[in-house]
Amino acid sequence: MKAKSVPRKPEGRAVVDPAKEAMLLAALYIAQEQKGYLTEESVKQVAKRLGLTAGEVYSTASFYTLFRTEPVGRYVIQVCEGLSCYLNDGAERVVEYVSEKLGIKPGETTPDGTFTLEMVQCLASCGTAPAMRVNDQLYENLTPASIDEILERITGEV
Amino acid sequence: MAHWEPVLLANVDRPNSEKIDTYLKHGGYKALRKALSMTPESVIAEVKASGLRGRGGAGFPTGTKWGFMPKDAPVKYLAVNTDEGEPGTFKDRLIVERDPHSILEGVIITAYAVGAHRAFVYIRGEFFLGVKRWIKAISDAYQHGFLGRDILGTGFDLDVSVHRGAGAYICGEETAMIESLEGKRGIPRQKPPFPANRGIWGKPTLVQNCETLANIPHIVLRGAGWYAGIGTEQSKGIKIFCVSGHVNRPGNFELPLGTTLKEIIYEHAGGVRKGREIKAIVPGGASTPLLRGDRVFTPMAFETLKEAGSALGTGAVIVMDQTTDIVEVVRRTMRFFVHESCGNCLPCRVGGHNILSLLEKLTAGTGTMKDIDEIEYLANGITGRTFCPMGTGMVEPVLSSLKLFRGEYEAKAAGR
Ligand SMILES: Cc1cc2nc3c(=O)[nH]c(=O)nc-3n(C[C@H](O)[C@H](O)[C@H](O)COP(=O)(O)O)c2cc1C
Ligand code: SF4
Ligand code: FES
Repeated sequence: MKAKSVPRKPEGRAVVDPAKEAMLLAALYIAQEQKGYLTEESVKQVAKRLGLTAGEVYSTASFYTLFRTEPVGRYVIQVCEGLSCYLNDGAERVVEYVSEKLGIKPGETTPDGTFTLEMVQCLASCGTAPAMRVNDQLYENLTPASIDEILERITGEV
Repeated sequence: MAHWEPVLLANVDRPNSEKIDTYLKHGGYKALRKALSMTPESVIAEVKASGLRGRGGAGFPTGTKWGFMPKDAPVKYLAVNTDEGEPGTFKDRLIVERDPHSILEGVIITAYAVGAHRAFVYIRGEFFLGVKRWIKAISDAYQHGFLGRDILGTGFDLDVSVHRGAGAYICGEETAMIESLEGKRGIPRQKPPFPANRGIWGKPTLVQNCETLANIPHIVLRGAGWYAGIGTEQSKGIKIFCVSGHVNRPGNFELPLGTTLKEIIYEHAGGVRKGREIKAIVPGGASTPLLRGDRVFTPMAFETLKEAGSALGTGAVIVMDQTTDIVEVVRRTMRFFVHESCGNCLPCRVGGHNILSLLEKLTAGTGTMKDIDEIEYLANGITGRTFCPMGTGMVEPVLSSLKLFRGEYEAKAAGR
């Protein structure tokens, strides 16, 4: 946990350039695109470019759930477990259905590295629940048939 | 049902609604021309007179907040809150994806009024389409001379950039958002100083919600008198209500403030599924206290919801029918907040975690009557004692459900 105010002048180098530091989240997104997660090498590169230490970059990255430091599948399925999805017979049912189809539990990746399954919080699709995301694509009003279709299309592409 | 012709959502169902040409064809950017012909002071006066209050959850009077921005500061910023993450809320995503120019026009007018020449859009990392729509809208606005140097020949300059969050609900809190915009962990800052005095990089910063900003062009164009004539005594104007849960037609409904829950649920959202009774309603998003179903006659306005023991929040109405397991609902909501706690202060971090463990015991069937008392004790200890409002918000569902539905907790503890 971070203390209330961290001195912005780390040992052994000049003061952090605020304009560069403000680019950190954007830089992490770019770094993450290459392998799907942040490798040690990419974190070091980001740190060097922005004049931060690798530790600082890790510390910030670890605060945000969309940044990953472990490998994930090519397609990350994020099923909403929020209240409105639950009330619409979603959440657990959707996860169970996807789990069964892919043979993985939430937090796991298929052995071929294609899919990772995760539970996430409200996706602001409560009016069109149940909802899930696959990479950057949002899917709403999910039914077993529509889940089949989504997964088959992706498997077809792979 | 009194008919309301949508204003904020007038564009969203048109084909190509997100495009600047569509927006212009239906009167878009007229309000900007009008605002730029007024003095900044008179724009602020108009917004003050309209009675508009923030739509991001806290409901602070918008014109008053603009008045807090120091007149003589050389550098001022505007931050546009597109971080929508309060469970049950899905209105900002709709406007951003389907009518981004309506927010952007509000951004430019607001920046002009408070003297900001730089605006930052902070958007939730998950809103991939929203990011694309924001970027396209901004670049088209530059092309048309609505952004950049010397906007429409008036000498006013404004640059706008888009910044993606990365999956942290707390970054919707204005000071945590500022930290995140600076490239840091999203830990809330101590207030005061308020962002209007010391915000991004220590400079005066106005933080405003998307829906709030989308109201601005209409207020400028039609006048404060028109706006203030809609709604109730303390809740002026129009609001987008997000309705979800056990209703036949969930969705976003734009209506005057003061519309009753009954009208919203039964006339606009098509009533409760299978004709069931309502057990409970969350009226303003997950961090507002639950109401019992018999509160359905309550008007959706700041003052009336407060009287009823809850809050308008974001206007996100979650409807739960008589079959709903309230303890499970509270456990699920608590799980969200514990997951999203930034961990900075003890009551929220540890207290929240402990309450969640006890709720899990109850839903798993191993809880006891003592656990219920312990939950209540912890929740009472957290409320009002946290560094930012989130910690207090997270126990609202716990405390309200214990008051209204204690029997359900006891049934769980008794193994029923
Ligand atoms: C935990 C927490 C989360 C918040 N999330 C949001 C959000 O997602 N969007 C938003 O506009 N305001 C959010 N707010 C409220 C903001 O702090 C701030 O009051 C608001 O953006 C101001 O804009 P407004 O006056 O136009 O409502 C949140 C507040 C808290 C305490
Ligand atoms: S109340 Fe919770 S979210 Fe707010 S500062 Fe404390 S730990 Fe962080
Ligand atoms: S609860 Fe699932 S999208 Fe909001």
